[in-house]
Amino acid sequence: MTEFLQLCFNGLALGARYALVALGFVVIYRATGVINFAQGALVALGAYLTYAFANGAGLPFALAVLLAVLCSSAFGAGLERTVLRKMVGEPVFAVIMITIGLLFIVEQAITAIWGFDNLNLADPWGVETVGAADVVMAVRDLWTLGIAAAVLAGFFAFFRLSALGVAMRATAFDAEAALAQGISARRVFAVSWAISAGLAALAGVTLASGPAALSPTIGAIALVAFPAMIVGGMDSPAGAVAGGMIIGLTQALTAGYQEDVAPWLGQNFGAVMPYVVMIVILLVRPYGLFGTREVRRV
Amino acid sequence: MARPHPNLTRRYADDLRLFRTRAAKAWLVVLVLLWLLTPMFLTDPFWLSVLNYAGIAAIGAIGLNLLTGYTGQVSLGHAFFIGAGAYVAAAVGGDLGLPLVLWLPAAALFGALVGAVIGPFALRLRGNYLAIVTLGLVFLGDYVFRNLEGLTGGNSGTSVTAEATLGPVDFNAVTILGDEYIRNQGWFWLVWALVALCALLAKNIVRTRPGRAIQAIRDRDVAAEIVGVELGRYKVAAFVVSSGFAALGGALYGAYQQYVSPDEWTLFLSIQYIAIIIVGGVGTIFGAVLGALFLGGLPAVIENYSDSIPGVATTAADDGFISVFSLNQAIFGLLIVLFLMFEPRGLAALWLRVKAYFKAWPFSY
Repeated sequence: MTEFLQLCFNGLALGARYALVALGFVVIYRATGVINFAQGALVALGAYLTYAFANGAGLPFALAVLLAVLCSSAFGAGLERTVLRKMVGEPVFAVIMITIGLLFIVEQAITAIWGFDNLNLADPWGVETVGAADVVMAVRDLWTLGIAAAVLAGFFAFFRLSALGVAMRATAFDAEAALAQGISARRVFAVSWAISAGLAALAGVTLASGPAALSPTIGAIALVAFPAMIVGGMDSPAGAVAGGMIIGLTQALTAGYQEDVAPWLGQNFGAVMPYVVMIVILLVRPYGLFGTREVRRV
Repeated sequence: MARPHPNLTRRYADDLRLFRTRAAKAWLVVLVLLWLLTPMFLTDPFWLSVLNYAGIAAIGAIGLNLLTGYTGQVSLGHAFFIGAGAYVAAAVGGDLGLPLVLWLPAAALFGALVGAVIGPFALRLRGNYLAIVTLGLVFLGDYVFRNLEGLTGGNSGTSVTAEATLGPVDFNAVTILGDEYIRNQGWFWLVWALVALCALLAKNIVRTRPGRAIQAIRDRDVAAEIVGVELGRYKVAAFVVSSGFAALGGALYGAYQQYVSPDEWTLFLSIQYIAIIIVGGVGTIFGAVLGALFLGGLPAVIENYSDSIPGVATTAADDGFISVFSLNQAIFGLLIVLFLMFEPRGLAALWLRVKAYFKAWPFSY
């Protein structure tokens, strides 16, 4: 039982990170209809910017994170302004490919600046743990869950209560009608990219905390957050959170139990479990658990 | 009676002909001569191997172009099918010791079969979904390749000892008129002959009924369905053919390199193929070959002259800020972005523009 609880805790902490990234996907997808493959690069960028502010400039950690989130958001909005806006109206294929191209450019720019080595982020959490009923919880995982919860609360409040948030929902619902109401589509697109990049930066910080955990490969988390987004439904923020948690839990539980239950599956089955879950969901509910079913009439 | 100008299209059948003009036929002769003579005059093994790898990539890229360029479906799973083809070559050509005429089609068939199994699931949904499902395929494939140790050698890879003999000709050691040619020269003839065959096959697919159907799907799927194109069937068929081409390319790749490991079938390989068709020209067969030559040659040039490019580290101890590998990845990314923004129809369009200019000369349009 202890092992089960332990795995569940680890899974939820992992899932919270997936949820942050998947939420970023959903924000951009709802506003612009684009799946942003460059999200992984934004995750890594956020983590490395925090490293630059906290370790390089010696700022307090909280301030460094805040600055990194703001800089990432500005970078995301800048990408939208300089590259993606030129692609409005182009085929889906072209836009996806552009974001993949951006992924490779930004990732390699990061390694060119900071190198391939694993770095220590100057986070205050380190390797500390707290115990509760035999379950060992890393402080950084607790903070991750806390940050994710706070961000989600802020996120949903923003979309329910603020004028800009409502405008963004209106654009997602019907872009032309929103335009007719005087909502600036440009502003909505830019803000979507900024929010998404900010979420990615937070996910990056929570991933990079801990000993020697900051490396250029942390952007790979975004590839596992795709299944989270698909499971939840591509256009549902609540679905992204649920999907992230489901994927995190199944991945942790599979990694923990697979060797005892199904040793014939070989090594590392936990790592591909998210994709298995995704394919099963696509077979049963193609539009995800919370997604909107697309209506086509021919 | 005055004959009309050969460029004038009078009948639909004229429009479909493979070699319409005398110029096109002359080009064909030039290409055949180039194919025959290049290995005789270019004897440097390094550049020959660059050309051979480019040819192998061209085969996979022609397949991807059928799926992405002509049907409009984005697949990130090409690397998986290339890997599958390479392992079939290792098993059928190497372990069973069957000849070239068997292991090559076996690889293509296996790829097509796997594509036929996966296609119906992956293509149920429109637009973005296929990209993500095939992304999952790369990771699931990586897991399978690493764990099926009996067939793939697991993490440490496997050697591919497939022979390359066609009738009396052994492409590993060709002898013409008493002259002996090295392996890279022999493989040049083999690889580029197969490129020509694949290009012809693909061209024939796209200029006939199924080709028009898939292009209709690309342009507007709902409209295609209204005029009677069965979406599911044609999308799956395009995926199957594309997977078959990829596996064929993979089999050649494995047999030529003589060794494959699962570290090669990564997402980056898939992206390279996408870069090839974007840079070469989405939706043209000729563009896929052009892109393969360009992007196959580029890393080789960088590798060869990296000493003279400032800031590039050739060894780990070097003080440059970017490694050759990183530079390649960044260049691939940059080329994808720049071509999509400024020349979405790729290098092939540049050529068509030059041709159109001379056709219309002395008028500007």
